[in-house]
Amino acid sequence: MSESQTAPSLKTARGLGSAKEGTDHWWMQRLSAVAMMLLAPLMIFLVITLIGEPYEAVVAKLSSPLWGGVTLLFVCASFYHAHLGLQVVIEDYIGGHAARLTLIILIRGALIILGLIAVLSVLRLMLT
Amino acid sequence: MTDQDTPVQRPLSPHLQVYRLPLLPLMSITHRVTGVGLALGTLVLAWWLAALATGPGAYDLFIRFMNPLGGLALLGWMIAIAYHFCNGIRHLIWDTGHALDLGSAERAGYLVLVGWLVLSAVMVGSALLFWLS
Repeated sequence: MSESQTAPSLKTARGLGSAKEGTDHWWMQRLSAVAMMLLAPLMIFLVITLIGEPYEAVVAKLSSPLWGGVTLLFVCASFYHAHLGLQVVIEDYIGGHAARLTLIILIRGALIILGLIAVLSVLRLMLT
Repeated sequence: MTDQDTPVQRPLSPHLQVYRLPLLPLMSITHRVTGVGLALGTLVLAWWLAALATGPGAYDLFIRFMNPLGGLALLGWMIAIAYHFCNGIRHLIWDTGHALDLGSAERAGYLVLVGWLVLSAVMVGSALLFWLS
């Protein structure tokens, strides 16, 4: 039996590889991290200035294009980054194929739903 | 044929009850722990925004649920995000292929710890100022 039949090596991977995703997961995790290098400090500044403020003041702040926009972008980048990161953690520590796949799908679903709730909430504040 | 006088030098596995993680692996697992913690924080972030969009009643419920333990959670969120932020920058530098040798990695590790402490102090300090004023 020749070596290529028993031991597939990195050099024989073609195109995007067997997962058909290439390095997308790795690359998007880094891109969202770079986005958050800018967005996280702005979001933390926003949250700190809103501590103890009454409802109307918080709504007014988040309705502004600047701070509403920062919140929208932060939600998108952070929820996406969280999904990619949790997937790696699950893949590293959960051994069973079924359990692993189930957890990844559940977490992806949860983060998509939470992200939609967050995005629609900010949009409602900005548009009304 | 076995040579009893020169024992084979095999690597010793760590004794788990007395093993202390060196700085770099300790910082690595802390990056993961803070990351998972911050991911849990998305629940609170989504609730906060949904409550704001729903109205004063829903927001009042959120604030009452968050007091006073939520304040501690907020401080914990800031400390965790400060660590993940600083150490994440170190990871991004590694990803460019730089500072990968042990000495550079450790020096950068100490820089991360300093940055983490400074950022945490600034954030927690200003949060407490806004809280008290």
